[in-house]
Parts: sequence; C-alpha cells; structure tokens
Amino acid sequence: MFHDSYMVTALVAGTGIALACGLVGYFIVLRAQVFTGDALSHVAFTGALAALAFGIDLRVGLFVGCVLIAVLFGALGRRGRADDVVIGNVFAWILGLGVFFMTLYTTNQSGSANSSGNQTVNVLFGSILGISSGQALTALLIGVGVSLVVLSIARPLLFATLDEAVAAARGVPVRLLGYAFLVLIGVTAGEASQAVGSMLLLGLLAAPAGTALLVTDRPFVGLAVSAVLAVFDVWFGLTLSYFVPNTPTSFWIMTVATAAYAAAVAYSRISQRRSPRAAAATDAA
Amino acid sequence: MNPGFTWNIITDVQWMWSLPSMVNAFRAGLAVALLAGVIGWFMVLRRQSFAGHSIAVTGFPGAAAAVYLGLSATLGYFGFCIGSALVIALLSRGSGTGVGERAHSSALIAVVQAFALALGAVFLDLYGGFLSSTSAFLFGNFLGITSEDVLTLTLVAVVVLLVMLLIGRRLLFASIDPAVAAARGVSVRTLNVVFLVLLGATVAEVSKFTGSLLVFALLVMPAATAQVLTARTGLSLLLTVVIGVLVTWFGLAWAYFGNQATGFTITSLAFACYVLAYAAKSARRHSFRPEVA
Repeated sequence: MFHDSYMVTALVAGTGIALACGLVGYFIVLRAQVFTGDALSHVAFTGALAALAFGIDLRVGLFVGCVLIAVLFGALGRRGRADDVVIGNVFAWILGLGVFFMTLYTTNQSGSANSSGNQTVNVLFGSILGISSGQALTALLIGVGVSLVVLSIARPLLFATLDEAVAAARGVPVRLLGYAFLVLIGVTAGEASQAVGSMLLLGLLAAPAGTALLVTDRPFVGLAVSAVLAVFDVWFGLTLSYFVPNTPTSFWIMTVATAAYAAAVAYSRISQRRSPRAAAATDAA
Repeated sequence: MNPGFTWNIITDVQWMWSLPSMVNAFRAGLAVALLAGVIGWFMVLRRQSFAGHSIAVTGFPGAAAAVYLGLSATLGYFGFCIGSALVIALLSRGSGTGVGERAHSSALIAVVQAFALALGAVFLDLYGGFLSSTSAFLFGNFLGITSEDVLTLTLVAVVVLLVMLLIGRRLLFASIDPAVAAARGVSVRTLNVVFLVLLGATVAEVSKFTGSLLVFALLVMPAATAQVLTARTGLSLLLTVVIGVLVTWFGLAWAYFGNQATGFTITSLAFACYVLAYAAKSARRHSFRPEVA
C-alpha cells in the first residue's frame, strides 16, 4: 500500500487535516458551535465555485471565503458567538450565491460541461487521492500550525467556553478568543475542504469530538482522544478505500468515524444503565 | 420561448403563465411557502435550525439511492428524511435543548448529516459522476413540475398542517417554556419526536422542488424575518407565509426572465427581506432610545 505514492501523499495530507479537525472540532462541539462549522463547510463550497467562476486559484476562494464569513459570524453575535438563526439566514443565502457561481461557471465552460461537473463534485466531496505532494505538504504544515495554535490557547479557551462570565471577570479576553477561534475554524475549513470536500468536513470536525465527549468528561483527555480518533479515522478510512476499489475515500473515512461514534453512544448508554446515580444526574441536567 | 422582460407587467405575466410548467411552479410555490413557512416558524422558534438543515441534507443521498435502485426519488426523500429525523429525535438525550445536552445533540446531528452525505458520495460514484439529476437533487428543479406533483404536494401539505393544527398549541407551549410545559403534563419529548418527523416529511416533499440544499432557505428565512418584525404568534405566522409566497413568486419570475437558477433568486430575495427587517428593527429601537448610542 505504501508503494503507491498517491497513498503516501494522501496519508500525509490526511494526518495534518485530521489533527487540526480533531482539536478544533472538540472545542466546536464543546462550545455548541457545530452549526457554525456546518455553515462554513457550505461557505467553502461557494468560495471555491466563485474562485472557479472568476478563474482564480481555488484556494484563495476557500480561505478568503471561510475566514471572512467566520469573522462575520463573530461580529453578528454577542461575545464572538452567533445566534443560530443569524447563521442559518446568512448561510442559506451564501448557498444560493454558490448556485449562482455554479451556473456562471458551467455556462462559461459550455464546451466542457462534463469537466466542470467533475470540478463541482471535487469541491463537494473532495479528492484526497488526487492531490500533489506539494499540496500534501502544505496541508500537513497548515494542520500542524492550526493544532499548535489551538494547543497554545487551549487553557484560556476552555475556561472561556465552560464559564464565560467568570473567565471574563478573571481577565480572560473572551471576545478576542472567540474571534481567534472562529478564524481557526475558517482556516481549518478552507484547508480540509480541499482534501475531504466541503460536504464531509463537518463529519471530521464533529464525529471524533462527539465520540470523545461521550467517552470522557475530562477536557484535556477528551481533546487528546478527539485528535487521535480523527487521525485514526482518516488512516483506517484510507486503508479501507485502498483495499475496496472504486469507492470514494470520503465514504470510508466517514463510515469509520460514524462507527466509532455509534460505539461510543452504545457505551455511554450501557454505562449509564449500570450506574443509576450517574443516569439520574444526567436526567436532571 | 423566453420573450425577455418588458416593463409591461401584464403581458409579462401572461407570457410567463402561458407555459403550463410555469403555472405549476407558481402553484407549487404557494403550497411550498405555506408548508415550509409554518414548519419553519416552529423550527426557528425552537432553535432547531441545525437539525432542520441536517434532515434536509439527508434527503440527497435518499434520492440518489432510490434513483440508483430504480425506485422513485420521492420514496428516497421521504425514507431518508423521516429516518434521520427519527434517529436525531430518539437518540438525543432529554429534549435536546438543555445547556449540556446541546453539545451532545449537535454532535449527533452533525454525524448523521456527514454520514448521510458520505452515502450520497457513494451513490454518486455508482451513478457515474455529476449527472443533471444529481444537480437537481442538490439544487432543485422548480421548472419541471407537473400537475401531479402539485397534487401530491398539496396532499402532503394538508396532512402536515392538520397535524400541526392538532398539536400547535401544545407545541408552542413546549417550545417557549419546556420546563413549565412538562410540569403541566405536556409530554415535551413526544412532541419533539412528532415535530421532527413532520419536519422530515416537509423537507422531503419540498426538496423535490428546491433541492436538498435550498429547502433550508425557505424554512428559515421567512420565519426569521417574521419573528424579527413581530412577537405576536398569529401575526408572525401569517407574515411568514406571506413573505414566503411573495419571495417564491418573485424569485420564480426573476429566474424566468433573468435566466438565473431559482435557488439563487429565491434565497437572495428572502435574505434581502431579512436584512431589511433587521435594519428596520434596530432603527426603530434607536429612535425610541436616542440617549443610548
């Protein structure tokens, strides 16, 4: 399997992206900002198609779109968190804009409707097996960079997440952290959608994090579990797609991630039933 | 076929409605706006936009799978949308709206959505690429509607709205104050399940026209606009439906004369309404309290 160079590049890129997604995703789930991540993955779609329609580099569209809208969400909400109705409205329209750019792009390329259709599919579902080694290195670097930033602000961000008022009173710059975190989500979304597609980015953000949250209550253990799980999902998914030919990689990555999550749900159900006191506590909450 | 826009509105409308598919699109638009408006109003009130969006997205692999297997797309839409609604409703803890429960339930919703999309990618692959029907699953096809489609749409709308009429009062109570409602003997959890199933049926039906990605716009935008404008329940519901119908109709006309995708025109008009309502509200608030800058 490692003899094929495209598998190695896919593994390199996948590791960087998964690491960033696992760490960022844990905070996204903890801060109940999954909908923001969801919205940004659709923004990525519009950004990419806008870039394609205007004939500029796809990555420019992805990063500019994701980071700008992420900051906009912060500006529209209080303390750098947006209300879900505002998010819903903004991103429903941005999706509409995406359709506009898609028509623009497909009509401009009238001669090759098939190739533009394939480009659209790539934007939606990714092509981790088709990226170059240079792109893989960029993905790894960005992934590691995002992970380092997350780890360096993890403590204050956790404080601000769990008890915003107290954190603010203790002098933690809650608002600034909120914005910084949104920019991190934007960068992660922009990078990850190149590899796993704007549609499956959400799964990589939420599934390992949701699993970690079900397995442990301790935040830093959870953070580690989430990151490790994300990397594992990608590796295992890639391996499966290698041995089962003609199936999309994204599907296998998500299948592994979903299976892990389902197992965690079952585990938490069973352990709840075993200890009635814990169950009563969660029911009361 | 498309004569272009003139400033003589009456001849424009006559031209447009001389096509049976356009007339059907306007009829369907009315029913869609009514159905999506009422369900969307409760969805916005209950802060379940994310669930609504995810359930809508799961319709896409449903339709793709059904067409691949040689079944009708409608069956796929309904099966997957209602199925995912049930999974989300039954697996989330409690009512799914509490502070700690929010993190868990939103992770669950995200996993359901992402897995459904991954399945969609498989069926796309089996299908052999990005065919025009795939584009229709995602972005809708408002212009190929037959009279039969309108009939089934109306039927689904009547059934869903009847159920809403039956549970509306209790659902409103449970949405605004779940704790008090539960104490008064309203079964909040069951209502949540019933509502999500209705939401699933609605998006399944509406997706046939708007596509899986844009059904969400019709659910959330008119309702959010109306709730910004007024706090009174009845008026707000009425406004939602009126805004929804107008936006859909004007969007259809714009798409027809401007050669744009309906997804773009309808969402743009609806978004403009929302922004205007928001601006009007904050302007009024400022004029009432000029000392607060």
